[in-house]
Amino acid sequence: MAADSEPGPAGDTTDAAAAAAAPAALAAPAAGAVAVGQPPVARDRSPVATRGLGRLLSANNVERWALVLVWIVVIAIFSIAEPSTYFQTSNFQTIFGSQAVLLMLSLGLMLPLTTGDFDLSIASNLALSSMLIAVLNVNDGVGIIPAMLAGVGASTFLGILNGGLVVLIGIDSFIVTLGTGTVALGIVQWISNDNDITGTASGLTSWTVGNSFLGFDLIFFYGIAATLLLFYIFEFTPLGRRLLFVGRGRSVSRLSGLRVNRIRWGSFIVGGFIAGIAGIMYAGSLQGADPASAQTFLLPAFAACFLGATAIRPGRFNPIGTFIAVYFLVSGITGLQLLGVQNFVQQLFYGGALVIAVALSTVARRRGGTRSA
Amino acid sequence: MAPEVPVVALRHISKTFGGSKALDDVDLVIAPGEVHGLLGENGSGKSTMIKILNGFHAPDPGGALEVGGRAVALPLVPGQFRDLGLSFVHQDLGLVPELSVLENLRVGELIAQRGAWISWRRERRRALETFARYDLDLDPGAPVSELTATERALLAIVRAVEDIRLAQATHGTEHGLLILDEPTVFLPREGVDRLFRIIREIVASGYASVLFVSHDLDEVCEVTNRVTVLRDGRLQGTVDTAGTSESELVEMIIGRRLESLGLEASELTGHGVDVSVKGLSGGVVHDLEFDIRRGEIVGVTGLMGSGFDDVPYYLFGARSARAGLLTAFGMAFDLTAMTPHRAVSNGFVLLPADRQRDASVPSLPIGENVMLAVLHRYRTPWGLRTRPMRRRAQELLHGFDVRPADPQLSYESLSGGNQQKALLAKWLQTEPRAIFLHEPTQGVDVGARAQIFKMLGEAARGGACVLVASSDNEQLAAICDRVLVLARGRLAAEISGGEVTKERIGEQVYNSVTLRESTTEVAG
Repeated sequence: MAADSEPGPAGDTTDAAAAAAAPAALAAPAAGAVAVGQPPVARDRSPVATRGLGRLLSANNVERWALVLVWIVVIAIFSIAEPSTYFQTSNFQTIFGSQAVLLMLSLGLMLPLTTGDFDLSIASNLALSSMLIAVLNVNDGVGIIPAMLAGVGASTFLGILNGGLVVLIGIDSFIVTLGTGTVALGIVQWISNDNDITGTASGLTSWTVGNSFLGFDLIFFYGIAATLLLFYIFEFTPLGRRLLFVGRGRSVSRLSGLRVNRIRWGSFIVGGFIAGIAGIMYAGSLQGADPASAQTFLLPAFAACFLGATAIRPGRFNPIGTFIAVYFLVSGITGLQLLGVQNFVQQLFYGGALVIAVALSTVARRRGGTRSA
Repeated sequence: MAPEVPVVALRHISKTFGGSKALDDVDLVIAPGEVHGLLGENGSGKSTMIKILNGFHAPDPGGALEVGGRAVALPLVPGQFRDLGLSFVHQDLGLVPELSVLENLRVGELIAQRGAWISWRRERRRALETFARYDLDLDPGAPVSELTATERALLAIVRAVEDIRLAQATHGTEHGLLILDEPTVFLPREGVDRLFRIIREIVASGYASVLFVSHDLDEVCEVTNRVTVLRDGRLQGTVDTAGTSESELVEMIIGRRLESLGLEASELTGHGVDVSVKGLSGGVVHDLEFDIRRGEIVGVTGLMGSGFDDVPYYLFGARSARAGLLTAFGMAFDLTAMTPHRAVSNGFVLLPADRQRDASVPSLPIGENVMLAVLHRYRTPWGLRTRPMRRRAQELLHGFDVRPADPQLSYESLSGGNQQKALLAKWLQTEPRAIFLHEPTQGVDVGARAQIFKMLGEAARGGACVLVASSDNEQLAAICDRVLVLARGRLAAEISGGEVTKERIGEQVYNSVTLRESTTEVAG
């Protein structure tokens, strides 16, 4: 069997800008995405390098920053096409403010994906949190702070349940979370009588979308803060390395003394907790909750995670990549909508992005596999 | 002995793998109506021979194959063996546990069948007739996972014979050869008897001859008419089983016995016992007891199926033992509740045989693989100190002579020897008190082998207890102070001091089989 790489100093450093040049680096991330029984896989490309000339324009760097580049191009095209509507401060404020909930949810999803598990219940979990807050606060007159705690608590509990079923009983995460997610959705419809509930405390709304800073809704900064926090954890803590190893090599992790089950379970719990936080943000931005709309976040969240795994740290689910993917997707969709394209474009964009991201990385890996050392 | 036309005759078969000869001008001739044994150590060329017969390997030009007296062009196309009336039962048996006995029995025919529907009633009746012919009491509807190990082996054999009969009916021929590749390894004694009975029935009924590949001398002597012995890819001879003693066969397998080298007895006898194992049971391993002194390298070996290769995994908690107590460095560990986490926290390390799956993430950089075990050393309240970590990884790779010594390359880009050296770097930097290894030099080139031996020797001199499970007698002789030989899960012999030679180990491994006792049959 041919090894997957060639020798040479290379740029898989933690500091993206310090990446060394590489003539033929090939991405091999994010394959085997959505098959039952197959854990989500993101493979590192093997770094290959020459030093010196062409350092900045190396394939390695191009790969890292390709998504950012495409994002800038997309913005430029729409700005030229629609200068009066798209290229406006208010439009960018909307773009950044409106996607914070999706970003937060994607970050939550990234944790189980990194440790090699799916969480298909994550969108229902967001719905559960936001609806519980709305019902408790509006219908039952509970204070907004206790209601928020209850919402996050319920989401965290769902994470505990998911992880427990996966780790203790050994059921495939795909099946477990498909089931628990549907149950959570049922509970949402039950407690809300399948109605929209509006009128949550205005305090929550002013702390999310009511007030702004530097022109952006506050909610945007929560997303940034969470992205940076996760970036720090993934890149600069032992925990981040352990999450990576558990997802990529369960057996070696276990035999290296890591408590694999604990780590997998933990990532479900923290993922659920983050979904609960996303639920608070969602309730704040809607000033209430509705039983259906949260479901539409599920596919975009997966698309953002897998697309994000092709950027910045190709081959690994990474927070900055996810951040870029979320805003790249919405920039394109907003532009098309302003051009007068119907709403269905959203489905095309998110669905297409997921498939293309996975396809690109699979093809790249196959090409990479034919290279021998 | 066999004046008739041979069923299968392979002549002048050679096979070269990248410059080294796995087979060198070997003949194998199987007569009609005989059970023919194929004997040899690991690496003697037995498997290569089998894989030439099933079309997996192409032999070097110059060899010839005759089936039923007719010349057949080599290499065989994969799958062609079926039409030639050959059928294989490998050690893993090739059954699907979730499917029923009937589905497993008919899988070959069902795939080929063109009809629109299957009459399960008819298939069931045919299956029962088949079983009756072999005096087998199997429920066609039962899932294979509920059969005992013996029943599964018998089912696989019956299926293989049925395949031969089908080929004979299709092509109007009469010859057939059933190749049994280590079928008895996981069977209890009663199962082996049962299996031999069916082998004799098959041969007596004239359906097929049998080629019986095994490590186990006793079994070969019991069931075969003739035996072909290979050593280091060369034919040592084909002999009548009845006219050959077991010790003559052992000599053919392992080569001329050398005089004992008379090395000085181990100077370690004065050292204290650091690791002691009592009552270890799990899998086939039964009530094993041994010690490792400070600074000692102890080898564990045996035939395939003797359980020797499970021992390091039980001690490390990678597999749960049924029973057992490990006392190490003044602490006692219950091996039924041992975990790798506990093992690592107490200074034990394990280098498993499957480097790609159990010892590394091949697609991640070498540096990250090597530093996984010591991440905590680089933790600060502000995050990992990545720069010192990278520098340290670089130093380690240089120190353990991993080439290329670049921590940022992916692990899979290293050669086998360098992969293993990188793993030694990963673990030896933790200064382990006990090191457990399984086949540490598998897929490792000669130069790296010597380096790995030296590193292990240094670790032992530094006070570590080392346990090496390996079927490579030469390697054990080169590094071990003492070698334990297991047979059917029990300690059969202990070799120490000047006795630790390749030949002595090989002899003990083969002779110890006779000490075997029957074990009880377990379903599942």
